[in-house]
Amino acid sequence: MPSPIHDPIASPMPDASTEMRTTTCYMCACRCGIRVHLRNGEVRYIEGNPDHPLNKGVICAKGGSGIMKQYSPARLTQPLRRKPGSERGANEFEEISWEETFDILETRLAHLRATDPKKFALFTGRDQMQALTGLFARQFGTPNYAAHGGFCSVNMAAGMIYTIGGSFWEFGGPDLERAKVFYMIGTAEDHHSNPLKSAIGDFKRNGGRFVAINPVRSGYAAIADEWIPIKPGTDGALIMAIIREIIALGLYDREFLARYTNSGQLVNQDESSQEFGMMMRNPAGDILNPLRPHNFYWWDRLTDQPVEDHAKGADPMLFGSHVMPDGTPVKPAFQLLKERVADCTPEWAEKITGISADTIRRIAHEMGITARDQRIELPIPWTDWWGEEHESVTGNPVAFHAMRGLAAHSNGFQTIRSLAILMSLLGTIDRPGGFRHKAPYPRAIPPNARPPKGPECVQPNTPLNGAPLGWPESPDDLFVDEKGQPVRIDKAFSWEHPLSAHGLMHNVITNAWRGDPYPVDTLMLFMANMAWNSSMNTSEVRKMLVDKQADGEYKIPFIVVCDAFQSETTAFADLILPDTTYLERHDCMSMLDRPISEFDGPVDAVRIPVVAPKGECRPFQEVIVELAGRLKLPAFTTPAGTRKFKGYTDFVVNYETAPGSGIGLLAGWRGRDGEKAMRGEPNQNQWEMYEKNGCFFQYHLPPSSQYMRNWNKGYMDWAQQAGLRRDNDPIVIHIYSELLQGFRLAAEGKRPGKQPPDELRERVATYFDPLPFWYAPLEDEQSDLKHYPLNALTQRPMAMYHSWDSQNAWLRQIHAYNHLYVNTHTAEAAGISDGGWMWVESQWGRVRCMCRYSEAVEPGTVWTWNAIGKSSGAWNLSKDANESKQGFLLNHLISEELPANADGRRFSNSDPITGQAAWYDVRVRIYPADAGEPEQTSPQFEPMEPVPGMGQRKMGWQAWFAGKKGEGK
Amino acid sequence: MTQLALVIDLNVCVGCHACVTNCKQWNTSGAAGALTDCNPYEAEPNGTFFNRVQTFEVGSYPNTETVHFPKSCLHCEDPPCVPVCPTGASYKRKSDGIVLVDYDKCIGCKYCSWACPYGVREFDEQRKVMTKCTLCVDRIYDQKLPEAERKPSCVLACPPGARLFGDVHDPDSEVSVAIRERGGYALMPEAGTRPANHYLPRRKQTLTIRDEELYRSDNPHKIDGAPFDLDLPPTNEELN
Repeated sequence: MPSPIHDPIASPMPDASTEMRTTTCYMCACRCGIRVHLRNGEVRYIEGNPDHPLNKGVICAKGGSGIMKQYSPARLTQPLRRKPGSERGANEFEEISWEETFDILETRLAHLRATDPKKFALFTGRDQMQALTGLFARQFGTPNYAAHGGFCSVNMAAGMIYTIGGSFWEFGGPDLERAKVFYMIGTAEDHHSNPLKSAIGDFKRNGGRFVAINPVRSGYAAIADEWIPIKPGTDGALIMAIIREIIALGLYDREFLARYTNSGQLVNQDESSQEFGMMMRNPAGDILNPLRPHNFYWWDRLTDQPVEDHAKGADPMLFGSHVMPDGTPVKPAFQLLKERVADCTPEWAEKITGISADTIRRIAHEMGITARDQRIELPIPWTDWWGEEHESVTGNPVAFHAMRGLAAHSNGFQTIRSLAILMSLLGTIDRPGGFRHKAPYPRAIPPNARPPKGPECVQPNTPLNGAPLGWPESPDDLFVDEKGQPVRIDKAFSWEHPLSAHGLMHNVITNAWRGDPYPVDTLMLFMANMAWNSSMNTSEVRKMLVDKQADGEYKIPFIVVCDAFQSETTAFADLILPDTTYLERHDCMSMLDRPISEFDGPVDAVRIPVVAPKGECRPFQEVIVELAGRLKLPAFTTPAGTRKFKGYTDFVVNYETAPGSGIGLLAGWRGRDGEKAMRGEPNQNQWEMYEKNGCFFQYHLPPSSQYMRNWNKGYMDWAQQAGLRRDNDPIVIHIYSELLQGFRLAAEGKRPGKQPPDELRERVATYFDPLPFWYAPLEDEQSDLKHYPLNALTQRPMAMYHSWDSQNAWLRQIHAYNHLYVNTHTAEAAGISDGGWMWVESQWGRVRCMCRYSEAVEPGTVWTWNAIGKSSGAWNLSKDANESKQGFLLNHLISEELPANADGRRFSNSDPITGQAAWYDVRVRIYPADAGEPEQTSPQFEPMEPVPGMGQRKMGWQAWFAGKKGEGK
Repeated sequence: MTQLALVIDLNVCVGCHACVTNCKQWNTSGAAGALTDCNPYEAEPNGTFFNRVQTFEVGSYPNTETVHFPKSCLHCEDPPCVPVCPTGASYKRKSDGIVLVDYDKCIGCKYCSWACPYGVREFDEQRKVMTKCTLCVDRIYDQKLPEAERKPSCVLACPPGARLFGDVHDPDSEVSVAIRERGGYALMPEAGTRPANHYLPRRKQTLTIRDEELYRSDNPHKIDGAPFDLDLPPTNEELN
């Protein structure tokens, strides 16, 4: 055979200069370690870092497409100002310098700060720098700050944190290394996607059984051993029935419940008492922590009398009803749970969920019997909080994962609480094979940060006295005025959504437009596409952004957008700040925010720039630090009035949570020479030390501190010393939530202190149930279900999980447009053909799209891939790109508010407890498009033009070859 | 004689497309590059990918399987694409069995893609040459890389570890063991091409619950009393 002419092995550019640098990916929120290879200064290859604890060398479709993000023609490169005289939304801009940009911002913001700081609202998308942006808002003095958690998964965070002191994703997850069965309920794939994919791969290879409970068989459900289709929004009913079955058969972990949860604590059952439903307090008991007294009672079954909880030798009754010596009737918390689930039979749940009672029983038995009979015992001695020494760590190998599928419903908080309770009944919390925490969790129930408490907390030229976001513990922590009305623009921490720990970003534009509770002056958006896929009711929100008052002033007077890319939202900006990409900047995944910890200890990470910023791009972090300096915010200013930090990297190194606290943004290489971990004085070489270590810091806890951390004395003492926890009291699981009962008592007028406005009393009393319960999603009650019989959902395709890159030249070839997936029978009954044009309509609007028949969706649900559809011309795609002509957004069908009540009041379309956006509650009907209709999706919007400074998009064809200078030409 | 190949485990492939884009980014700037993208920012974007994932449904609701099926050149032992090539551009390496295209000989006649029963060849409309999976031949022998990284880009990227790489002629290799012990199969054996790449089928893990396991002597009801008086589960005694 003649030898080939083209050498398939030789380097095509042998003389090129090459370089490899480690940093952290940001193609989604997963934050894998990456190695970026450069050739002649251009990005040649991005691979997973094999030494990184998170992804161990693997990388996903997005991570492998980072090059196309870096060199995207949608990049913004210049600060831009809306052209004088042009209308907002017309997308006409002129280039200005950064100096002018900062002058505009400084003048405007200094005035707001000196007059009414809450007129400045800062809302950010999937940002991973809340430690900085939150601090900026706090120092500015505005409470109107949040990131995107309110419209993402706050129900998951709150539902679990208020129950077990930790939650899924970066704060905890399923221990699939040791689990035997794994239940994934609802769409949950994009939260920790790569580590979860790797773990599921290993789990299945090791013979684990994976059950997916989901209306749709997509995502990881594709490889599940069993798919159990369920009607959307009914997961709570399923879980309640499983809990009932576990209790009925005695498959609960009694020892675990008795010692580590409040199951045995006695609850006041005197309905005439102001303390009804609260835990009995033992005046002689040890309160442990005056801020969170622990002096509870058990009813000791051995001596048949009330005793101090965890009294030596005592064992609490879990069932029954007792009378205290003072005559107060009491019941153990677990008895109340048993009574709650008494009617939640599998037959009851079958009617709601569409899952047969037999199947519900079967999976309950699988969970219970696996937990009981496949117990793991690790020879790791540890000491519990009450001083009992244990020779081993035990675990029950039943693991769960859930995220947005449960969270994005208006009944999500109580559903997720029921899941956390089920996990606790099975004895799987922070134990091998079950759920395990990740630092900084577990934290107190709830964690210690509290929102501001009233309008007096907002004062000119004064920082807030605490973080703008927090975890209310009692009604007195709510952020309301003397009439019980909201103080925040998004109404977070008000009686409408008391536990809205992540804010309600989905209501900011509507509320600001309406001036309810008040108008704002400046709305700054970072990395959030609020004029498109990040808003509900997108078409109307776009009108609000350009709506004017009678005097011609915009209802939202000034909008600042910071993003690396031109988007649907930049068109509505008055000022555009061009951000860098993740490859061009410093960043940190901080222990003060959302780190990347592993089960066995804290991990945090940084990004370092591997290529120079494009054009005039500046990292948003630098913009924030610069603005903070110009505005002389106290934490950013020396006593002499000069700037404290030269820039973001200097801030990261030298900022401490309190003077001399030794706790800063990064936990690694602290101390003067980098010899200390977690806590220590600032180290001026910290960035270099991170870089040398592959841009991450990992701390391994000793095995005795890796489990049972809610109650592990050794871990607690360490965590307190390391600054992860303020206190070191035990975190006893709330099977019964006395905290929720406190809000209910306030609503019933039985509690002194803050009271809900009368019109909200019933709402609060209904939903603040101390025990989990299932109720139909709120929108159901206000929808004509005969007319709109179907549920409509969105999911993200794996190549775009948690990403904002659907314009990416490579990824858009995988998904350039989306269909509506409809069960074949449902579609046929509606007269819609496979591939045909159809309408999907809710009470809020309608969308024309293409249908795809599917056998992998339950008949009452239709669904589509989210965030594929784009507005014509946006993201520098051509005006006829598939994304705009065949792609569509379901958001047009989903309202940010529920229909008006009889009194005209409109609540957010959210969970009434947490304010979590109820994306998945919408009800729709479907019908074929008429033959003569245009074969393109509807609605369509005025096509966007490129803005100044954007590159020319490559027309016709592109052949990327790194290192040939000039961006791969 | 060595025959390098991929073994793709459909039991754990979640269809994430990591293999698709990581193949693209390695190869577009490598010896086989550049991999052209037509209409990268316009309607109907359509570029060269050496590896693609097809997703399809099998069965009827509710007994539906959603299958993700990654597909690239199978590096057949008897590749029909080779003899049909009029210029000798399409060839199979003796040393390791990798099927390649010599771009400097290829005249873009597409005979090879017509001959391939698997549809895995990718014609580059810009360069007017046929392209295909090279098993990352320009990295698997690179002595500058640590040995663990001398693997095709798709294999290194794959998050659930669904892609194995090795010599299917070595009976002790990871890939041979996987094929032998986990039911590995080749695509369309009737075509007589003897593909080197193999696929591992889905396997289902079930759990059998026996009645007597439900309610045992160590049941906490012995301590707590049985709940739901009207709906008592069977006791051990009753079961016996």
